Amino acid sequence: MAGLKDATAIVGIGQTPFAKRLDEDERTLACRAVLAALDDAGIAPDEVDALASYTMEETDEVELAKAVGFGDLTFFSKVGYGGGGSCATVAHLAGAIATGQASVGVAWRSRKRGSGPRPWRNTNVQLPTPAQWTRPYGLLRPVDEIAMLARRYMHEFGATRDHLFNVALACRNRANQNPDALMYDRPLTREMYMTSRWISEPLCLFDNCLETDGALACVVVSRERARDCRHAPVYVHSAAQGLPAQHHGMVNYWNDDPLTGPAWTAARQLWKHADFTPQDVDVAQIYDAFTALIPLSLEGYGFCGRGEGGAFTEGGALEIGGRLPLNTSGGGLSEAYVHGFNLINEGVKQLRGTGTAQVPGAATCLVTAGEGVPTSALLLRS
Amino acid sequence: MLSPVTDADGAPFWEYAARGELRVQACADCGELRFPPRPCCPHCQSFASEWRRVGGQGRIWSYVVPHPPLLPEYAEQAPYNVVVVELADAPRIRLVGNLVTGPDAPLDSLSPDRIRIGAKVQAVFSGGGLLQWVLERP
Repeated sequence: MAGLKDATAIVGIGQTPFAKRLDEDERTLACRAVLAALDDAGIAPDEVDALASYTMEETDEVELAKAVGFGDLTFFSKVGYGGGGSCATVAHLAGAIATGQASVGVAWRSRKRGSGPRPWRNTNVQLPTPAQWTRPYGLLRPVDEIAMLARRYMHEFGATRDHLFNVALACRNRANQNPDALMYDRPLTREMYMTSRWISEPLCLFDNCLETDGALACVVVSRERARDCRHAPVYVHSAAQGLPAQHHGMVNYWNDDPLTGPAWTAARQLWKHADFTPQDVDVAQIYDAFTALIPLSLEGYGFCGRGEGGAFTEGGALEIGGRLPLNTSGGGLSEAYVHGFNLINEGVKQLRGTGTAQVPGAATCLVTAGEGVPTSALLLRS
Repeated sequence: MLSPVTDADGAPFWEYAARGELRVQACADCGELRFPPRPCCPHCQSFASEWRRVGGQGRIWSYVVPHPPLLPEYAEQAPYNVVVVELADAPRIRLVGNLVTGPDAPLDSLSPDRIRIGAKVQAVFSGGGLLQWVLERP
């Protein structure tokens, strides 16, 4: 991956509106997001020769390519493990382009989860390994699985609900500045958080992301090609995936140390090939399907020591002007939950200087995929 | 309620559980315990395995209390608890289950405020062969 450093850049981003319900189907939304991203880049659809998405993406590459009018594809890739795949889609395209396998890559995610069914309700796929060890006992939903880690984390390191609230508040405050966010005009208070209903104790309503209808896409090209595009390039400085030894998916209770999850593995690889360190990161987009993933990720990516992720959130550290402005579009908790792809596009906006909650002079951005599952991450720079 | 759908690796666990025995897969060559069960030993790569009987004592490693929206039969019993228990014999082996007042008691039979991390618990089995846990000092 050393050969990847700044060799490629994200030159186009696109998205549909975000809503609890959109009328169009996922395939149509995917086409709209991809065309918007190509238009943003100033690249014609027939120049696209590489695709990458998530294994959970239901818009097929063949159908997308036909509908949008792509050229001959010479690279296509799908990344597993749900929200752990987001950053890896860009990483795969960057690798393909840097090694000459393709020249114009598109990554995308289209999802109708605001109005569509919840996967955990599909009991037909609930029970094969490893679900046979968890689902019959009523550990049914992703929130239950992550709450188990959150409770242990709080017990072991003294993290509190106020720390989780700090995360939810930072995301909500940024969404309040973002007209595209589902929570644009809906401020959050500590009182609202502390009195909200439980979803899976110790996690409450505001510890959970917003299931959303919407789609996003981005375009990746070589450093050389990027100079001819409409916007200043946002370079893929470093990229990594992480699946730790003896890891067990989202119910990672069975390895020696479940509280050092995939973020730690991805981070080691990510920083190994970077010219800068966590102290140099100007803004971070950290995967926030649940608030409790943030302190775990802050530790994994090296912003603080083990067990210090809760305390790191104190004193406005995650707000604009704080030590590490977080999820500046509102993130999955308050902008939209589209499996973390909005975090990638927001990273690009921050480095273009066009964020709705812009961090002044932001030149480096960490973007991460889901912690707790096999994951991925990107270091972007302007 | 959901029943375990077993696979070839997991089936022996459930067969022993149906007889009220708590057994964990172990490597028949190097002796390392492993959970969840799988075809091959990650320590010595042996494919030979055996099912070793373990004592039913453990400690609560963590727990959650789910609230609706849930699948209907679980929603009826919510809020209930789900625990992860570390085995006293083998602390690296952790099992998911429910802390209840006795075998076959409902998922919500024990008040969540009675649960704490580190509490000593004892394995019991429901008539349906599901692993349950009771407090050692109720």
